[in-house]
Amino acid sequence: MEVKRLALTSLHEGLGAKMVNFGGFLMPVQYKNGIIHEHKVVRSSVGVFDVSHMGEVVVSGENAFDFVQKITVNDVSKLVNGQVQYSAMCYENGGIVDDLLVYKMAENKFFLVINAGNRDKDISWMKQHLPKNVDFQDVGDDYTLLAVQGRNAEKTIQKLTETNLSKINYYFFVEGKIAGMESIISRTGYTGEDGFELYFQTKHSQEVWDKLFEAGKEFGIEPIGLGARDSLRMEMKMALYGNDIDQTTNPVEAGLGWITKLDKSNFIGREALLKVKEEKPKRNLVAFVVDSKRVARQHTKIFANGVEIGEVTSGNYSPSLDKNIGIGFVKSEFSKVGTMLEVEIGANFYKAEVVKPPFYKRDY
Amino acid sequence: MSNIPENLNYTAEHEWIKIEGETGTAGITDFAQGELGDIVFVELPSIGKHVQAGKTFGTIEAIKAVSDLYAPVSGEIVEVNKVLAETPEMINSDPYGEGWIVKIKLSNVSELSNLLSAQKYSELINN
Repeated sequence: MEVKRLALTSLHEGLGAKMVNFGGFLMPVQYKNGIIHEHKVVRSSVGVFDVSHMGEVVVSGENAFDFVQKITVNDVSKLVNGQVQYSAMCYENGGIVDDLLVYKMAENKFFLVINAGNRDKDISWMKQHLPKNVDFQDVGDDYTLLAVQGRNAEKTIQKLTETNLSKINYYFFVEGKIAGMESIISRTGYTGEDGFELYFQTKHSQEVWDKLFEAGKEFGIEPIGLGARDSLRMEMKMALYGNDIDQTTNPVEAGLGWITKLDKSNFIGREALLKVKEEKPKRNLVAFVVDSKRVARQHTKIFANGVEIGEVTSGNYSPSLDKNIGIGFVKSEFSKVGTMLEVEIGANFYKAEVVKPPFYKRDY
Repeated sequence: MSNIPENLNYTAEHEWIKIEGETGTAGITDFAQGELGDIVFVELPSIGKHVQAGKTFGTIEAIKAVSDLYAPVSGEIVEVNKVLAETPEMINSDPYGEGWIVKIKLSNVSELSNLLSAQKYSELINN
């Protein structure tokens, strides 16, 4: 498959970024100062992620609400205009098609943000279930998406807009102007910090990028790659599709019961998920800290009292804790906070303790 | 561009070694540390351990991935860089200096002819 280049790809290369194929897109994994440095920039001030590889879809028309309510597990009726909702799409058997953000633009108009690697799959899934009187537009190639994250994100962006950002609550958005360009300004993110995600037309990419860096200069703003994006989201135990969740996992066992509204009107996967909830999941996605300098990486086996009881789905070094942390599925009886487990790395076993997520909490 | 000092020898596994008499000081190359990214842990062998050329003798944990360390020559580990236990990132900042990893007492001098010159190593990583 050909790797796609996006509006800012050359800019990242010019900054000396290491580029990788992520979900079919050539994206920066880190810039010159490295992942730990970038991680700390976001935790202490402000950083900018180009995540334009994410997909976007607009559904509108008479049956748009019913459609989104049917294909997602969260309750869309709870959304007011200008609100964002974290949700997931499931198969009939409860397995996860993708996790996504649902933006309510108007009564019957929604903007859906999906994972880069799942764009084709998601779009064909949605189209399969599309009722009459819903207009469906794949606008993924029209938008540049910059995530500006960190305690100084608001101060940085406020310099570039007349929209009063302090009035935008967490998981709300407005349509406004950034550096003179029409943009969706959304108080969301994947880092555990305050921050915004800005969606705007690709042709303005360079200009908005430059203005952001000019505005953030006094705060030491830096570009951040996918490497730090991963370590930042892991410290929050935010799920990554393809690692922690996929078609073989369901939202109830994956700790996404809070977005799975089984009592709303019928939706795809509801029956299967009701059954999982009634029978209690056999395994759970837990957060743990490893007592070792070795990192328990994805697919590392997890044991309890010498018996294999699960597998690591994401593992990394946590710069905020200066410890190795992990997320993994374990048999439910071993999912309680404080449970001592072992992980097998190389020929050795190391202790790991189940902890209450998140690993990191911001102090402002 | 990666730094490849002329006075060192190299392996295809991206280790360098500096021979002084019967002892070689070894580490990983600038190219290797750049590819690995932030190094967070080095698992060092114990002193007195015998290592074999081309065989693993330790591991390096970087943020993104773990990789094995391969012995550039056969011999006995006579010293390890203890500083790396606390500051493994020294390998990133100074791979040929403060970030050296082990000193090996050579058991088979003829193996030295298997090592790559700076020029050959440069050709290897540029292909």
